[in-house]
Amino acid sequence: MTTPTLAVWKFASCDGCQLSLLDCEDELLELAGKVRIAHFLEASGTVVPGPYDVSLVEGSITTPADLRRIREVRAASKVLVTIGACATAGGVQALRNFADVREFASIVYAHPEYIDTLATSTPVAAHVRVDHELHGCPIDRGQLLGTITALLAGRAPDLPDTSVCTDCKRRGLTCLLVADGTPCLGPVTRAGCGALCPGVHRGCFGCFGPMAKPNTPVLIPLLRSRGMSEADVDRVFSTFTVTETRREEP
Amino acid sequence: MSHRSRQLKVSSLARVEGEGALRVQIADGRVERAELNIYEPPRFFEAFLRGRAHTEPPDITARICGICPVAYQTSACNAIEDACGVTLDPGIAEARRLLYCGEWISSHALHIYLLHAPDFLGHPDAISLATRHRDVVERGLALKKAGNTLLETIGGRAIHPVNVRVGGFYSLPTRADLRPLDETLRRALDDALATVRWTAGFEFPDVELDHDLLAASEPGRYAIADGSLHTASGLAFTPQEFPDHVVETHVPHSTALHASLGGHRYLTGPLARYTLNSAQLSETARQAAAEAGLGPACRNPFRSILVRGVEIVYAIEEALRIIEAWERPPRAFVEVPPRAGTGHGISEAPRGTLYHRYELGADGLVRTATIVPPTSQNQAAIEADLRRVVEDHLDLGDAELTTLAERTIRNYDPCISCAAHFLDITWEGR
Repeated sequence: MTTPTLAVWKFASCDGCQLSLLDCEDELLELAGKVRIAHFLEASGTVVPGPYDVSLVEGSITTPADLRRIREVRAASKVLVTIGACATAGGVQALRNFADVREFASIVYAHPEYIDTLATSTPVAAHVRVDHELHGCPIDRGQLLGTITALLAGRAPDLPDTSVCTDCKRRGLTCLLVADGTPCLGPVTRAGCGALCPGVHRGCFGCFGPMAKPNTPVLIPLLRSRGMSEADVDRVFSTFTVTETRREEP
Repeated sequence: MSHRSRQLKVSSLARVEGEGALRVQIADGRVERAELNIYEPPRFFEAFLRGRAHTEPPDITARICGICPVAYQTSACNAIEDACGVTLDPGIAEARRLLYCGEWISSHALHIYLLHAPDFLGHPDAISLATRHRDVVERGLALKKAGNTLLETIGGRAIHPVNVRVGGFYSLPTRADLRPLDETLRRALDDALATVRWTAGFEFPDVELDHDLLAASEPGRYAIADGSLHTASGLAFTPQEFPDHVVETHVPHSTALHASLGGHRYLTGPLARYTLNSAQLSETARQAAAEAGLGPACRNPFRSILVRGVEIVYAIEEALRIIEAWERPPRAFVEVPPRAGTGHGISEAPRGTLYHRYELGADGLVRTATIVPPTSQNQAAIEADLRRVVEDHLDLGDAELTTLAERTIRNYDPCISCAAHFLDITWEGR
């Protein structure tokens, strides 16, 4: 049996999700013995031509060239896994989708005419078929390793669709929303981070995106009663996974 | 060979953070053009920060870079605290410095072992390096993990820490929480010293830069999370005066903006920090530097790998010092009520000075934001080096010369995702 090949691709992003792979310090060399890393520019100058058994895709689609490239990546990949909020939801840069991108460009660049960009930042699944999605800004290292291990074993990864509240309960953390009155998006946010924010006594700010069936209409009055203004609520739902969570104008 | 027209191109640079390319045009034994093209797509952070609350830039700007999020969080906090006229309690400021030490250790170890060292040893990557020198790569990974453990303990997460807020932290550890770090860091110190000795044995091309240098300096200690700015040419100015000295311009071949200091190119990062501040390093770090053959200044970009190692030694010792003296401050953060005004903040990202400026309205909303990342400041100097290194080695074949050109860029550990608020890009043939 030949060694399975793994490819890592980057689109518009901060590199943090692919860095999560290099942050598996205890497992990296063992993993490198089980897969052949065939394309991973952040880590290697060696590029092996496809097809690839597993492709991890980081980043959102924001340029005409990347729109073409993601189709090539899909065609060259047996299994395609998107990693992180940019790839699964368009990321924080999708805030442009609700604004005028030409105005954005003119704020940042003296010569916006040099800039070749799309008016939107979109998730990979908006353009090609995606087999599995790892959420989070950034993704969780344990979930990444679990997913690669599952795929190598020929089974589907076991990814949660419950809320951060379940992570809190597992850790035995006191509920910030109930006990302290701290605004927290935990009840509507996808589990997977291990309840990091409540762990440091901070309300969840939703960087893993919405859970499967978020009961947002019930949460919003609670957030208001804990001191958030309408504008605060709008902003907290319009950040790292804005395309999935932004509240539509009434 | 040097008398014909040649073009060196690398369409996707490997072992750098983000997406970039290089192009060198040579004719009649002269380098006509040497360009680092940054084609990282623009993400418009400065635009969408407008209208956000003054509490939000630390979390939002962290997402500019997965490798140096603490730098973004720190410069953002410094700038907003400046705008609001808030000074941190000394214990909170120490915690911020401690967190930043974690980022220096982790980011420098990543660069030395996984991105840069393979260049010196003729390997395409660290995985390949590990087939010959597994113990060395394991040492690098352990060192990187020590930095990440520090980031996780203080920041709650290594990539995009969740515990940082304007005015300080959501919560701070007790002495008991920090105790396990002591042993981790002591072992890491041995690994860091071994790293300096190991890299001192590499072969370094003989290059001496003549760029001006810019770095933060603080009285009595090596600047990391704050400070005023100093240059090798003798200028000194505050973060508030940064826009008076540094000007950004938009060039056609990059999505990164080019910065210049008083009209000339300059360099920020490890070489600048070391050359301007080496006298403030700890005794152990200075001794490690001397044994590695570094004088009080270093202007050879290929030796930056040594300086990074020395900075890891310093960051570990500094972290140990802070942990040793740690008493949990009475409060984890200072309240930062918004007010109308403009604030400036800098800090020393592993790859150089990172400047933020925010203009706030009385309602606490951001009116304008300006971010000047290190790679955009370094881009003109990197291109000048590229030109010079290629010109000095025109006798090499295309493949060797291209490899040398790539190495020249990697010396700077360019953070291209950060830099891509630069320029644009019309990119050919990927």
